[in-house]
Amino acid sequence: MSIAIKNVVKNFGSFSALNDVSVDVPSGELVALLGPSGCGKTTLLRIIAGLETPDTGNILFNGTDTTDRDVRERQVGFVFQHYALFRHMTVFENVAFGLRVRPRSTRPTDAEIHRRVHELLELVQLDWLADRYPPQLSGGQRQRIALARALAVEPKVLLLDEPFGALDAKVRKDLRRWLRRLHDELHITSVFVTHDQEEALEVADRIVVMNHGKVEQIGTPQEVYDKPASPFVYQFLGNVNLFHSRVNAGRASIADIELQIDSHHDTQDSAAFAYVRPHDIDIQKERGSQPAFEATVTYVHAIGPLVRLELQRADNTELIEAELTRERFRELDITEGARVFIQPRNVRVFLDQKSA
Amino acid sequence: MSGVTNISQYSRYNARVARSRATSEPAWIRWALIAVSLAFLTLFLFVPLAAVFTEAFRKGYEVYLNALIEPDALSAIKLTLIAAGIALPLNLVFGVSAAWAIAKFEFRGKSVLITLIDLPFAVSPVIAGLIYVLIFGLQGWFGEWMSAHDFKVIFAIPGIVLATIFVTFPFIARELIPLMQAQGKDEEEAGLVLGASGWQVFWKVTLPNIKWGLLYGIILTNARAMGEFGAVSVVSGHIRGLTNTMPLHVEILYNEYNYAAAFAVASLLALLALVTLALKSFIEWQTARQASDNEKLAEE
Repeated sequence: MSIAIKNVVKNFGSFSALNDVSVDVPSGELVALLGPSGCGKTTLLRIIAGLETPDTGNILFNGTDTTDRDVRERQVGFVFQHYALFRHMTVFENVAFGLRVRPRSTRPTDAEIHRRVHELLELVQLDWLADRYPPQLSGGQRQRIALARALAVEPKVLLLDEPFGALDAKVRKDLRRWLRRLHDELHITSVFVTHDQEEALEVADRIVVMNHGKVEQIGTPQEVYDKPASPFVYQFLGNVNLFHSRVNAGRASIADIELQIDSHHDTQDSAAFAYVRPHDIDIQKERGSQPAFEATVTYVHAIGPLVRLELQRADNTELIEAELTRERFRELDITEGARVFIQPRNVRVFLDQKSA
Repeated sequence: MSGVTNISQYSRYNARVARSRATSEPAWIRWALIAVSLAFLTLFLFVPLAAVFTEAFRKGYEVYLNALIEPDALSAIKLTLIAAGIALPLNLVFGVSAAWAIAKFEFRGKSVLITLIDLPFAVSPVIAGLIYVLIFGLQGWFGEWMSAHDFKVIFAIPGIVLATIFVTFPFIARELIPLMQAQGKDEEEAGLVLGASGWQVFWKVTLPNIKWGLLYGIILTNARAMGEFGAVSVVSGHIRGLTNTMPLHVEILYNEYNYAAAFAVASLLALLALVTLALKSFIEWQTARQASDNEKLAEE
């Protein structure tokens, strides 16, 4: 089932949670709502579920306006951030809840409920926990039970609020891949909320980046990472180095060098910000033919697959972060205190809106 | 699992050592503090409690029993049960709805409602009784109209019930509000998304989650309803065999120098207090045991 969010506005008192938000979720996709806390992503998810009503704007399921449809009739599965399992019911009863509360005419028989619940518990690989109570489960187990419970009502749309937020790093990684596989097997439309860009980039088909109640960019992980639409998206999706720059007819200044860039060809001498990711900082020991500026290595962190360097520019005190592969680092053979030359690659330039 | 046990045993051992050396007061201070608290408890709790029962049985078992089964005493017991029997369900409904509204919804005037619920705690029970006399008494606002329609509130059972409801209504709400606020409304929302109606959510999700707190509130309400003196005294009129509750009956007997009978009836109220305390400890023990069981299983 496809979801369309059209011009949704939601205010809580004087706080504007969502400000004219429009998003299309095609049927069968796994979409991430990504943003810092307070950006309105959870509010948007709750509006899709019907747990909140928008002040203005519409929600369409498969093209049908569902804005005023009751949360019970929307056929959505919702996984809460803290799971919200019924603490006084066994795992079995938790999963069976959605079937047992149906009106008598559409309620499955006890045997059928029994079969369905065990099927779902097998799907989340926790059949052996059927008689436990929620407080007796670990975080990862609770998460999977919450998912099984949401799936019991055979929803057309699965909504997850920070599904991995409360789990430790190892469990989080496993569950992420498992959720992706599950989504593909079930042929369902899923939307999940996260503040973790790594999670969104790894799991989602499409990412909606939000900030201050507005959509900053919608696109595939590749698009939002490689072609961020705004400085916010660029900074939010990974570490960055920021340079104060000036742009003139397709050329941008960084430190004491000038670089050709593939945008802003018509811009006449204006203030701008230039962003370079740490892994796009190339380091040379000697000045080559490419434009490069001078810096000193102040710190080397060589744990893990990448070597992280901290460098200080020669012309001022600003610090630059760089990431090298281990091979490149060994090849360069540099230590703290070494003088090197920096060649930025893939520079993204955004004009300074304030001075423009 | 065994690693966890070892560590916790080790830390418990450590804690014991630490307590005896670094963070503890000298022995004489500890014993002095214990002695002071024990003396206080003995003087103000154990001695009066023992006195009630010794005085009640001073003239023998038969006098004791007779004091309880004479018609006036029986009518006082009956009236007390009636007043509690009406006040309890009404306050149950009010307490649960008030707590539900305050804990799960945002609305204007919420803080005013919370303050109003606390009012009976702040107001002297005698004033509470007087309020009803002013409203329903012969010289009160509705007095003339009511006497014209031959309907009595003051110096009759309705007044006693009203006064009892007034003094007991904060107990259940006060017990439930913090509990329901702590539990949040996630589970209720989960119930709704899964297709349950409002009633189904209340009966299947909310009520089971608050059952121990609710039971605790009911026990406290009942104890107060049966033991209330001040407010009831003002509206009752002390008519023997008609408008006397147990506490009022005790007072009348005592004023007539009928000590054995007075203490016999009082011993019933003391017993009620003891049963209340026992139930209260049982509930606390139950909830603590459940919590520790869950912790053990989750660690596995």
